[in-house]
Amino acid sequence: MCLAIPGKILEIFDSAGLRMARVEFGGIARDACLELVPEAAVGDYIVVHVGFAISKVNREEAERSYALLDEMGQLDELQAPLIEEEKTRKR
Amino acid sequence: MKYVDEYRNAELADKIIAELRRVQTRPWVIMEVCGGQTHSIVKHGIDTMLPETVELVHGPGCPVCVTPLEIIDKAHAIARRPEVIFCSFGDMLRVPGSENDLFTIKSAGADIRIVYSPLDCLKIARAHPEKKVVFFAVGFETTAPANAMAVWQAHKKGVKNFSILVSHVLVPPSIAAILQSPQNRVQAFLGPGHVCAVVGYREYEALSARYRVPIVVTGFEPLDILEGTLMAVRQLESARAEVENQYARAVQREGNLQAQNILLEVFDICDRQWRGIGSIPKSGYKLRYEFRDHDAASIFEVQEIDTKEPAACISGQILKGIKKPHDCNAFGTLCTPRHPLGATMVSAEGACAAYYAYGRHLEPRPAVERNPE
Ligand code: SF4
Repeated sequence: MCLAIPGKILEIFDSAGLRMARVEFGGIARDACLELVPEAAVGDYIVVHVGFAISKVNREEAERSYALLDEMGQLDELQAPLIEEEKTRKR
Repeated sequence: MKYVDEYRNAELADKIIAELRRVQTRPWVIMEVCGGQTHSIVKHGIDTMLPETVELVHGPGCPVCVTPLEIIDKAHAIARRPEVIFCSFGDMLRVPGSENDLFTIKSAGADIRIVYSPLDCLKIARAHPEKKVVFFAVGFETTAPANAMAVWQAHKKGVKNFSILVSHVLVPPSIAAILQSPQNRVQAFLGPGHVCAVVGYREYEALSARYRVPIVVTGFEPLDILEGTLMAVRQLESARAEVENQYARAVQREGNLQAQNILLEVFDICDRQWRGIGSIPKSGYKLRYEFRDHDAASIFEVQEIDTKEPAACISGQILKGIKKPHDCNAFGTLCTPRHPLGATMVSAEGACAAYYAYGRHLEPRPAVERNPE
């Protein structure tokens, strides 16, 4: 739970007034909040901790540390159940 | 591709270790603070690659491990209530309280859910207006902004049935507590990279100056840790004590200002109890008064529960770098990740659990007595 996981921003949208992104981590896509890294754009790599981007990184850094987290078995949080909200999602 | 990369890494690692041997003239004890670093060190055997006279000891940087038993018991009491949906990150579910753990309470019928993000709890709260949704807000400075943002959002959007049980702890006061301990052995620190990505490292500069101790902000990859160790040893050997940033590719001195703003907005600093260590002044966050409607500790009156750690457990000394898992008689016998007795066995980032996961309970205890000061 202490480590942040790098991923790539696939799309950006608004949810209940928060700037959110669909982020790809390895083969898994999950949502992350961009409020703390407002300059992040589609295609950028960001480091995500408990559903919040905390900083941007470059691609090589992202790929290397993702592989390492995978090897360390530190990606469990990505397996947490998906909780979808029906109406507020704008595409 | 991967092969080439690993080959390059191995070569670089050898270079750093050779340089360490060259610059180091006397024994040093260095503590890594972050639980992710501890895990990486034990997994890759980094501590065993270093010269024998450079010792890594493992710090208090696992938020699951240092959450006090009293708060875990309180969480359990809240989770058992019929009107509550209790939400938590997955790694808190196995942590034993005085009676049992959240998994057991869940299988007895309580509505307990694992969430990926604190924002998920808001979705659950909106979907279940008849229920009280409580989130177990555990973690260091890396996690706190996310939890603050969830409270902020609930406050703004009027999600009244959402609250958090706060047990946030801060790294710098724990470093100060370790340095103030009369038995302290730690001479330099590897600072927690991801924590500093959020809060920056100005506060670490104050610590370093005040206690004349080198602090190297370090990442969690094997090469990061080796390089951080070399930087710390160089400082020690030349009698310098400053903050250096090994992890500049992710950490800036100022940190993430948006994250710091939301922390200031939502939390106040308070004294906190650390499992295995005890109370540390000004070492945690509590919700500010204006967010009291989202404070589970005041919404749910839970009477104080008297809790006691098993006498055999030395995790308090392990968290302060005074002892190591092998020094505990229960390690790997009475105490295992399936049946943890103490703080440092409860999560994969705890020192005892990391040693166990990589088979170190099967190895003989290190024969050399560590250098007494
Ligand atoms: S092995 Fe278990 S009992 Fe021993 S110090 Fe570690 S957590 Fe405590």
